[in-house]
Amino acid sequence: MNVVLLRKLDKIFSILLFFIIPLGLYFAFIYAPVEKTMGLIQKIFYFHVSSAWVGFFAFFITFLFSILYLVTKKVEYDDLASASAETGLLFCTIVIVTGPLWARPTWGVYWTWDARLTSTLILWFIYVGYIMLRQFMEENQKRAQFSALLGIIGFINVPIVFLSIQWWENTIHPNVVQKGGGGMHEDMFTAMLMCLFMFTVIYIGLVIRKLRIINIERQINYLELE
Amino acid sequence: MSYFKVIAAIVKKDILMEVRTKQVINAALVFAVLFVVVFSFTMEIGSNMEQKLSGGIFWVSVAFAGILSFNKTIGSETDNGSFEALMLAPVDKSAVFFGKVISNMLFLFLVEVILIPLFLVFYNVNIIGHPLMAVVIILSTYAYSLIGTLFSIISVRTSSKEIMMPVLFLPFMVPVIIAAVLATNVFILGGQIQFSYNWIKLTAVFDIIFTAIIYGIFSLIIED
Repeated sequence: MNVVLLRKLDKIFSILLFFIIPLGLYFAFIYAPVEKTMGLIQKIFYFHVSSAWVGFFAFFITFLFSILYLVTKKVEYDDLASASAETGLLFCTIVIVTGPLWARPTWGVYWTWDARLTSTLILWFIYVGYIMLRQFMEENQKRAQFSALLGIIGFINVPIVFLSIQWWENTIHPNVVQKGGGGMHEDMFTAMLMCLFMFTVIYIGLVIRKLRIINIERQINYLELE
Repeated sequence: MSYFKVIAAIVKKDILMEVRTKQVINAALVFAVLFVVVFSFTMEIGSNMEQKLSGGIFWVSVAFAGILSFNKTIGSETDNGSFEALMLAPVDKSAVFFGKVISNMLFLFLVEVILIPLFLVFYNVNIIGHPLMAVVIILSTYAYSLIGTLFSIISVRTSSKEIMMPVLFLPFMVPVIIAAVLATNVFILGGQIQFSYNWIKLTAVFDIIFTAIIYGIFSLIIED
């Protein structure tokens, strides 16, 4: 992608985020009412759920651009796939960290082998593998091809992992703790949507920043070769 | 050459090489046996834990023996650049890949055949107590070899293949390991046989999906 265009986009998103992040925080902490039973700790919900959605979306983008790369062999698609995977891993990490923080006061334990929790953890490991593979692979073309393969089969494996863990969980303890449950207060739902919007803009901003870094790195390598 | 002839040729070559060097089976087998023996120290003597844990120990030890043997068989191809030469052959590239999958699967079968009586001796557990267990073994071992061969082809090209292989392989295999262990437990612990059906189906679906995908895109990722 064009370096000048990326720089401009990066600037635009930095300014946008300057306004959107305080707005999202306002909706999560002030606009949304405090939950009756869980209290303030429930605020983590807005960040936990939004980063889970954005994380999954990021891996879907990686999946999509991995296919496009294999079909067209355009380097830009590989850049986008890897930038999205790295950003997705960040959001996935936020999910895994905020999950136990939320679970301890509400469920009484840090971790349960719940299907959603466990498959997010497995997903996290799969994409850690993806990032490690890119780090340890020297040849550019091979790296792009192999990580595209991993981006595709890793994503396809997600529903299989989820299903297997769900069945496994049911064989051990049939009555699982269900979170959420009933309806949500209208204002909470608005706050949730605002946080999702905020995280999506953060995601796009970070991907653009990462693409810019990749491009600058490529230019430096090119200059070194000359 | 037809597709299956290529597969047969690769398998024949690998078996011949293994018969002469015995390096894969020696490494994998010693490791797997050691794993089973060392694991017995985690259980109290006289407790009935063996019954409950055998399925897990069996499939995890096969997974680790697999990691060792896949890296050996694929490593022997890449050491002298012979894998590139194989890929230059005027045959379907995925046929070469599935040839390696089948030979890796045969090596894993050999490991399992030796592990099963060991479980009878050490843990007093008969792994293959039900004919359906053969289906579980075939489907799961195929899944192990399919994904293991693919990931070891990828990881031998990285600067740290010993780390890369388990990091890619183990999380990816979670559904197969869960399915294999729980299906095996149904047979060992004497549960109702139909509880194993879902697990067998899950492994079969895993096999079919990834065989189809790898068949479809293998030539795309290997071309230069």
